[in-house]
Amino acid sequence: MNTMTENTTVGYMTDDGRQIGGTMMEMKNITLRFGGVVAIENISFDIHEGEIRAIIGPNGAGKSSMLNVISGFYNPQEGEVWFHGEKRPPMRPYQVAELGIARTFQNIALFKGMSTLDNIMTGRMTKMNAGMLSQAIWWGKAAREEAEHRQKVEEIIDFLEIQAIRKTPVGRLPYGMQKRVELGRALASEPKLLLLDEPMAGMNVEEKEDMSRFILDVNDEFGTTIALIEHDMGVVMDISDRVVVMDYGKKIGDGTPSEVLANQEVIDAYLGVSHD
Amino acid sequence: MVKSNAALESIPALLARNAATFGDKAAYREKEYGIWQRWNWGEVAEEVEALALGFLNLGIHEGDFVAIIGRNRPYFYWAMVAAQSVGAIPVPLYNDANAEEMAYVLGHCGARFVIVEDQEQVDKVIEVQDQLHQFEHMIYLDPRGLRKYDHRRLHEFSHIQAQGRAARDEFGPELKARSERLNLESTCVMLYTSGTTGKPKGVVLSNRNVIITSKNSCEFDHLVPGDEVLAYLPMAWVGDFIFSIGQAYWTGFCVNCPESPDTMMTDLREIGPTYYFAPPRFFEGQLTSVMIRMEDSGRFKKWLFDKYMAVAHRVGPAILDEKPVSFGDRLSYKIGNLFVYGPLKNTLGLSRVRVGYTAGEAIGPELFDFYRSIGINLKQLYGQTEATVFVTQQPDGEVRADTVGVPSTDVEIRIEDSGEIFYRSPGVFEEYYQNPESTADTKDAEGWVATGDAGFIEKSSGHLRIIDRAKDVGNLSNGAMFAPKFVENKLKFYPDILESVVFGAGRDNCVAFINIDLTAVGNWAERNNVAYGSYQELAGHPEVYKTIAGHIEEVNKSVAQDEMLSGCQVHRFLILHKELDADDGEMTRTRKVRRKIVGEKFNDLLDALYGGKSEVYTETEVTYEDGRKGSISATLEIRDVAVQPVDQKVAAE
Repeated sequence: MNTMTENTTVGYMTDDGRQIGGTMMEMKNITLRFGGVVAIENISFDIHEGEIRAIIGPNGAGKSSMLNVISGFYNPQEGEVWFHGEKRPPMRPYQVAELGIARTFQNIALFKGMSTLDNIMTGRMTKMNAGMLSQAIWWGKAAREEAEHRQKVEEIIDFLEIQAIRKTPVGRLPYGMQKRVELGRALASEPKLLLLDEPMAGMNVEEKEDMSRFILDVNDEFGTTIALIEHDMGVVMDISDRVVVMDYGKKIGDGTPSEVLANQEVIDAYLGVSHD
Repeated sequence: MVKSNAALESIPALLARNAATFGDKAAYREKEYGIWQRWNWGEVAEEVEALALGFLNLGIHEGDFVAIIGRNRPYFYWAMVAAQSVGAIPVPLYNDANAEEMAYVLGHCGARFVIVEDQEQVDKVIEVQDQLHQFEHMIYLDPRGLRKYDHRRLHEFSHIQAQGRAARDEFGPELKARSERLNLESTCVMLYTSGTTGKPKGVVLSNRNVIITSKNSCEFDHLVPGDEVLAYLPMAWVGDFIFSIGQAYWTGFCVNCPESPDTMMTDLREIGPTYYFAPPRFFEGQLTSVMIRMEDSGRFKKWLFDKYMAVAHRVGPAILDEKPVSFGDRLSYKIGNLFVYGPLKNTLGLSRVRVGYTAGEAIGPELFDFYRSIGINLKQLYGQTEATVFVTQQPDGEVRADTVGVPSTDVEIRIEDSGEIFYRSPGVFEEYYQNPESTADTKDAEGWVATGDAGFIEKSSGHLRIIDRAKDVGNLSNGAMFAPKFVENKLKFYPDILESVVFGAGRDNCVAFINIDLTAVGNWAERNNVAYGSYQELAGHPEVYKTIAGHIEEVNKSVAQDEMLSGCQVHRFLILHKELDADDGEMTRTRKVRRKIVGEKFNDLLDALYGGKSEVYTETEVTYEDGRKGSISATLEIRDVAVQPVDQKVAAE
């Protein structure tokens, strides 16, 4: 299984004819411990440019921890993270964000009292560089900059079809809509790599279909590479190009959805087959 | 530069005149990326020309049908005019129709070109294209998600325009020649009627129908180039075609398109149209939401609202009709306007409405009075696709809730002995496309058209009053007259009741199916701490049943007052476990109940109502928005309602 992740820089062609680029990010032998608990144990995998990469596994398998390693929330005790062919030193989350990596959270982390528009605007923070004085007196560069950023934000609002809730405080929105706003905020930073932590948790079938469509469209329209954690196997199999399967902090499978589905270890551990 | 009216015999000719006489004036606005984008008449003429040249480049013939499937957007209106200017015939379709419904219409007219909004519609057409022998090219507006599709027969709107602009030298003379061949006799548009019964029929309207009717109706209401409308009703509906194309091109007023269907209320407020049309259910929804918000407001605000609404109720309509009103009342009304009506109208987006119309269904007197009392000139009209909308309408100053007005300009009305209404006018349609039998059934050799509605002309005022659909008017088993709509409308005037279907033809008495209004009843539930998980659960709540039974009793009292229809009192009812829905075929796309289909589908419930049971178990198939099917089951309670004695027939009036 591990052969696939060995420094591959050439891309591959997906079943539906999309050309996937070379390796964008590579996790090499990552081990993460919290005291005596081993959350991730010696895991290696890679993410190619332009692909939709899913990480699946039962509860407590270490999926979110893995995403947190990528986004710089956790620094692993062992192993290396390579990004665009360079070894990434331990970084703080904001530094990772500046590299072009954005994320959404499993439990929505929006500013509840602020409008949809303002929430998405905060996603532009890394791109704003007017000085504090200019921003305080709202003159010159700050005003010009805001107009530019607003345009970008409006394009995202249009893309996600959330015009009707532009001015609504997000705390008043239903859960599915908040998820969409959170995706909007992540998109606002124009990421190269987008990390989605359970983007469809708690959604009904229709909301899931909408969200799947948006994820595919983001990948297709903006060429954004996507790594996502998801529980709904149907969704994962439908939208992802390659899947990493984790169980108890270990990697037990890696490959295309059909390969993973055929892997007996995965079936036993995750999809649940009777053990008698 | 103003051409004489004699030459204005087609929509493209009107466009050319508008571009020449007021080229800088706003013709279209659409909110996009949070900002109102604007096109003036000169720009519109250029956009339409580019698209028309693009059509020629694709090989469009005169007489070809061009189907248009999308929500109200300037591009689709341009597409219709561009199709006309190359001698083709635009056919707007309901964009929420499912693939089967679309396949029928596209197949029936044999559309060679289809213009759609986005991937969703592209997919629908691709799904059914094997059934469409004449279909050749599809043009879409929004390229999102379509990059990898096979583009041999699929084109982006802006690319077609760009190709058209590039081919101006080659096709310019052809376009000019084709546009000049258009006259009053040529076909302007084909609109499919939603069809409360059977398959949709394609109503062919000529330029004469559209242009003369637009001219007459614009003069009737003194519409001017400075007027503003909000285009938000389905483009496939004749009303939208007349308001947003016929009248807009005739007078040159501006058509505003909302950002998305969900933002319509915000967009309405921002635009503040001066000429406005909405079906009764829309006004009802607005009033319900106002009332709900007032219930939740502070005590002082509520007091102020109640006090001045009482003033408005008393003198508002008279002031609007410019009838004499005492100085004191005028003053109170002015104050009310400052504190209540003005802000309220602003919130509703109706501050600037000079002429407002409602039609399609009967409107409740209280609802109607509410809007008129706060100074909105809301009027009623009665119309049909076959009449190019206008049959009757209410002139300023002669507005009442229970009539639909006097015959529109150039319209003649005749009432048959059966009570059915017939009319003849310059707006009378040419024919149903490829359906001579239906055409002959509806329109006679002298041009009289059967409306299918029963009604009478009120002697004192000359206004037309509608009773019901002629074919729905029947008799109970004891011979008493049965007109379901009469009762249903009274029921629907209660905010708690969204829809009702009354049965009784050939039976001993009447029974009713009720759909509750989830907004109104849901708000009640919230205020009274009633928890519910679904429509079905709320609909079955005993308190809800009690409230609805109370409403029906009130209606029975009112029905008993009517000499002719006192037999139509509702004896038993149940609240349906699902909302009637167009996706399930129970309603038309314009949300009119298909009585027969509902009766057949819920046959088991009808049997239970007449069988004296107190509850009934039922299972119903439902269709989800994406076309998949599922089923829901429920045990429904059936209740008896008190009725008024009617045997001693005392004349109530």
